Amino acid sequence: MIFGVDVASMLLGGVAAGMVLFIVSVGLSLTMGLMGFVNLAHGGFAMLGGYVIVQAMNHWGMGFAVALVLGFVITAAVSVVLERLLYSRLYRAAELDQVLLTVGLVFVMIASVTLLLGPENQPLRLPLALQGQIDLGIVKYRTYSIVLIATGLLLAAGLWLAFERTQIGAQIRAAVDNRRMAESLGINIARLFTITFAAGSGLAALGGGLGAEFLGLDPQYPLKYLVYFLIVVAVGGLGRVTGVFYAALLIGVLDFVLKKYLPQGGTAFIYGFTILLLLWRPQGLFGGQAR
Amino acid sequence: MTPAPPSGVLNRPAALVLAGRHRIRLWETVPWTLAIALYVAFPKYLAFGTELLITILFALSLDLVLGYAGIVTLGHAAFFGAGAYTVGILAKQGLWSEPITGLLLAAAMAAAVGLGSGLVLLRTRGLTLLMLTLCTMALLEEAANLAHVYTGGFDGLDSVPITPLFGRFEFNPLYPTTQYLYVLAVLFACFAFVRTLVYSPFGQSLTGIRENLLRMRAVGAPVRTRLVLCYTLSAAIAGIAGGIWAQANAYVNLGTLGLDRAATVLIILALGGHGRLYGAFIGAAAYMSLSHFLSKVYPTGWQLGLGLLLVVIALFANNGILGVVETLAHTLRRRRTGTPASPPGLR
Amino acid sequence: MFKRIIAITTVLAATTTWAQAQEVKVGVNLPYTGIGAEFAQLVDRGMELYLKVNADKVQPYKITLVKRDVKDPSGANAKIAVQELLTQDNVDILAGWIYSPNAIASAPIVTAGKKLAVIMNAGTAHITTMSPYYVRTSFSMWHAGYAMGDAAAKTLNAKTAVVGYTDFPPGKDSLAAFKRSFEANGGKVVDEIPMGGAGAVPDFTPFFQRAKDKKPDVFFVFVPAGDHAAAVVKTFAALGMREAGIKLIGPGDITQDTKLQAMGGAAVGLITMHHYHADLDNPENKRFVEAWKKEYGATSTPDFMAVGGYDGMAAIVHVVQTLKGKVEADKALEALKGWKFNSPRGPIMIDPVTRDIVMNEYLSEVTMKDGRVFQKTIGQIDAVKDACKEQKIGPCAPK
Repeated sequence: MIFGVDVASMLLGGVAAGMVLFIVSVGLSLTMGLMGFVNLAHGGFAMLGGYVIVQAMNHWGMGFAVALVLGFVITAAVSVVLERLLYSRLYRAAELDQVLLTVGLVFVMIASVTLLLGPENQPLRLPLALQGQIDLGIVKYRTYSIVLIATGLLLAAGLWLAFERTQIGAQIRAAVDNRRMAESLGINIARLFTITFAAGSGLAALGGGLGAEFLGLDPQYPLKYLVYFLIVVAVGGLGRVTGVFYAALLIGVLDFVLKKYLPQGGTAFIYGFTILLLLWRPQGLFGGQAR
Repeated sequence: MTPAPPSGVLNRPAALVLAGRHRIRLWETVPWTLAIALYVAFPKYLAFGTELLITILFALSLDLVLGYAGIVTLGHAAFFGAGAYTVGILAKQGLWSEPITGLLLAAAMAAAVGLGSGLVLLRTRGLTLLMLTLCTMALLEEAANLAHVYTGGFDGLDSVPITPLFGRFEFNPLYPTTQYLYVLAVLFACFAFVRTLVYSPFGQSLTGIRENLLRMRAVGAPVRTRLVLCYTLSAAIAGIAGGIWAQANAYVNLGTLGLDRAATVLIILALGGHGRLYGAFIGAAAYMSLSHFLSKVYPTGWQLGLGLLLVVIALFANNGILGVVETLAHTLRRRRTGTPASPPGLR
Repeated sequence: MFKRIIAITTVLAATTTWAQAQEVKVGVNLPYTGIGAEFAQLVDRGMELYLKVNADKVQPYKITLVKRDVKDPSGANAKIAVQELLTQDNVDILAGWIYSPNAIASAPIVTAGKKLAVIMNAGTAHITTMSPYYVRTSFSMWHAGYAMGDAAAKTLNAKTAVVGYTDFPPGKDSLAAFKRSFEANGGKVVDEIPMGGAGAVPDFTPFFQRAKDKKPDVFFVFVPAGDHAAAVVKTFAALGMREAGIKLIGPGDITQDTKLQAMGGAAVGLITMHHYHADLDNPENKRFVEAWKKEYGATSTPDFMAVGGYDGMAAIVHVVQTLKGKVEADKALEALKGWKFNSPRGPIMIDPVTRDIVMNEYLSEVTMKDGRVFQKTIGQIDAVKDACKEQKIGPCAPK
C-alpha cells in the first residue's frame, strides 16, 4: 500500500468524521460556555433537525441544500420557543435542576418522535451527485466525505468571521469570558442567550442532517451520541469555536487511525485519550480559566 | 480546652436548630414502615421492590458524594459494576459465594477503584470532572468487555451461585422474599452509617467544602483528603449496591457499568432532591414506580409521561421533589402560625 | 324449583370453566422503548399478524397477549417483567426476548416458573440449554454463520477471508461459526477485525480499509440488524471494494429487508446466507408478505425478526390446540418437540433434543429487479441444525 495514499485516506476519513462532530458540538460548546447551561437535550435538536431534513427530502420533494436550510430554520425556531418558555427559567438554577430539565426534554423528544414516526431509523438518500467516489489525484475517496470536509471548513470559517468581525460576535466572546463585566457594559445578555441558543441548535440540526449518512437517524440519536459531543466540548474548551474545531478534528482523526490499526481496543482509546488530555489541561485545549 | 461560649448563645433559636438536626424525627420511620408494608401487603411486587431498594442504596451513595461533597459525577456506575463483578466473578469461578462476606469484598474492591480514581481525578471540577468520571467508567466497561472470558462480556455471567443466607435462607428467583428482606437489612445498615457520617464533623466539613471551597481552604481544612475519603466511602457503598444486585439477580453483565445506569441514578437523585438523604428514597420511588407502572399501561409511549414529570419538577428549580415539599411545608407553617419559621433549605 | 337452580348453576359453572379454558394468556416481554424499539415492533407485528390472519386456527380459544416493556438489554428489567408475568398476571405461556442477555438472565425464573417460554429472536447458541422450558423459533447465530463458511468455500470458491464483526457475543458467535466451517473446507481466515460495539454505529471506514488492504476473496461481515447494516453497505460501496474484487458476504442481518431498499444500488452484489428474506419464492411467504403489506402499509415489509414472531405464535397456537386450552408446560414441550410447520421461511421443525429450530438456509445475492432491490436465491441448504449444539462446541456442550 503506497504510504501517501494510506495517510491521505486516513486523514480524509478522520477529518470528515471530525467535521460532523464539529458542526453538531459547536452549539453545545457555545451554550455551555456562554450560559453555563448544561443542555443535554442538544442532541435532541440535532435529531429534530435531521428528521425535518429527511422528511423534507423524502416526502416534500426538496433538494438536499434546501432541506438543510429548512432544517436549520425550523429547529432554530423551535429552540427559541423552548428557550423562552423553559430554559430561561433555569438560568440561575442549580446544575442538577438544569440536568433534570434537559433530560426530561430529551425523553419527551424521543417519545414524541417514536409515537409520531415510529422507532425505525430514517433513511437519508443522498442526491446522486454526492454519492460514489471522487478522484483527487493522489487517491480516490468517498465524494460525500469530501463534501462534508468542504462544508465543515466553510461553516468554521463563517463562524470565525462572525465571532471575530461582527459586533454580536464580540459581545458573545466578551460574555463568555466575563458575563458580569459584559452585563455592566450594557450588553443585553438575555438577547445574546437567545440568539446563541438558536444558532447553536440550528447548527446542531445541520449536523444531524449532514451526519445522517454516517451516524444514522433514529429516535435514540440524542442519547447515543451525547457522550461524543460532550467529549469534543470538554476537550476543546467551553465557548471556543476554534477549540471545538480542533478538538473535533483531533478526535475524528485519532479515532480513525486507532480503529484501523488497533481495532481490538474498541472505543477504549478515545476515552483514554480524553482522560489523559483533560488531566493535563483541565480547561480543554483552548479553554479559558477553569470555572 | 475550648473556651466556654458567651452565655445565652446556646439558647438562641438558630443554635438550637443546628444542634438538634441530627436527632431522629418521627417521620424518618416512614420509609422503613412502608418497606415492611410492601413486603406484607404486596408480596407479588417484591422483585420490583428489591430492584427499588437496591437503586435507593445506589442513589444514597451518589448523594453522599454529590449532595454533600458537591462532586458531580456521571461515572458512579463504575463502582456499582466493580462490586457486581467482584461478587459475580468470585462466585462463578467457585472461589467465594457467601453473600454477606461477598458484599464486604465487593465494597473493598469498589473502594479501591474509588480511591485510585479519586486521587487522580478529584483535582479537577465542573465539566472536566464530569467527563473524566464518565470516561473512566467507560474505560472500565470496555475492559470488562475485553475480558469477556471472565466477565461474560455483553451476555454476562449467568447462574451465579450464591450460597443461602446464614446457611438457611435460599434466594428464590421466582418469589424473591429472602432477597427483599436481605436488601432491606443491608440498606438500613448502610443508611444508618451514611446518616451518622453526614451529621458528624466530617460530614459538616463536606458541606462546607461544597458551599465555599476557598473558605474551607482558608480555615485550614484538609480539603483534598476529605474529598477523596468521601469519594472512597461513596464508592464502597455503591460497590455494596452492585454486589447485592449481583446476588439478588444471580446475574451480572455490562449494564452494571453502563452510562445508562450512571445517568439514571443521577436523574433519580436530581428528581428526588440531593443533599437531603431522603431524596434518594423519594427520587427512586417516583422514577421507578412511574416507569414500571406506566410502562405496563403504555409499553411504547411511557417515556413521554416520565419526561414530562422531570420537566415539571425541574421548572420548580428547587432541588427536586423534596425541595418542592419543603417549600410547601414552609409556606403552610408560615400561614398557620403567622410567625417566620426556620428558613427552608437549612438542613 | 331446586332442580332448576342446580341445573342453571351447573350450566353456568360449566360455561365459566369452559370460558376460562377458552382464554390463554401469553406474557410477551419485548424492548418496546429504547434502542431495541424497532425490533420489538417487528416481532410484535409478526405475532399479531399471525393471530389476525389465522383467526380460524385459533378458534375456539382466545389468546390474550400481556405485553411488558423490558426497556434495555441489561437483564434486570427482563427478570422483573418475567417474574411479574408469572406471579401477578399468571400467564400460561411466556414469549419474546429480543436480546440474548435478557434471555440468559431470565432463564432461572423461567425454570422456576415452569411455563413454556418461546424465544422469538435472541440468537446466542447455548441459550436453549439454559432452561428446559425454552423453545426457540428464531435462529442461532451458528445457523447462518456455519452454513456461510461452507458456501463461501464450496459455492463461491473463496480461499481467503477477512472477518469483520461487531464486538459482542452474536458477532463472536458468527465469527466462530464461519471460521470453523470455512477452515474445515480448506479456506483461511487471514484477519479478524472487531468493529466497535453494538450500541452506537461506528464509522466503518477504517475497519473496511484494513480489510481491503488484506485483499481477501471474501469479506464476511456480521453487524446487528438495523442502522449498522445500512452503514456497512454504504461503506463497502464508498471504498470501492467490489471493484477491488472483494465479495461482501454475511448473514442476512446485513441485508435486513426493512433497510434493504434504502441501501439502493450500493447493495448489489452482496451475498448472504439466512433463513429468511422477504423475496423468498414460496406460496406461504407470498401470502405472508401480502398480508403484512395490507396490514401495515404498502411500503412496509416483514423481515427475519417478524418471521420469528410469526412462527413463534404459530407454535403457541399449536400448543393451545393440541392441549385443548389447558396449557401445562411439560405437555406443551412434548407437543412442540418434533413439531413441523410450513412457515414463510420454508418448512421448519423444532428439534426434539435441543428444542431449537431446524430450518432451511438460503444463499442469496442482492440484485436490482424492476427498479427495486431484490434478493435472488442462488442456493439452498435444507434442514439446517444449530451446528454449535450439534458438534457440542464450547458452551453448547451439554453440562
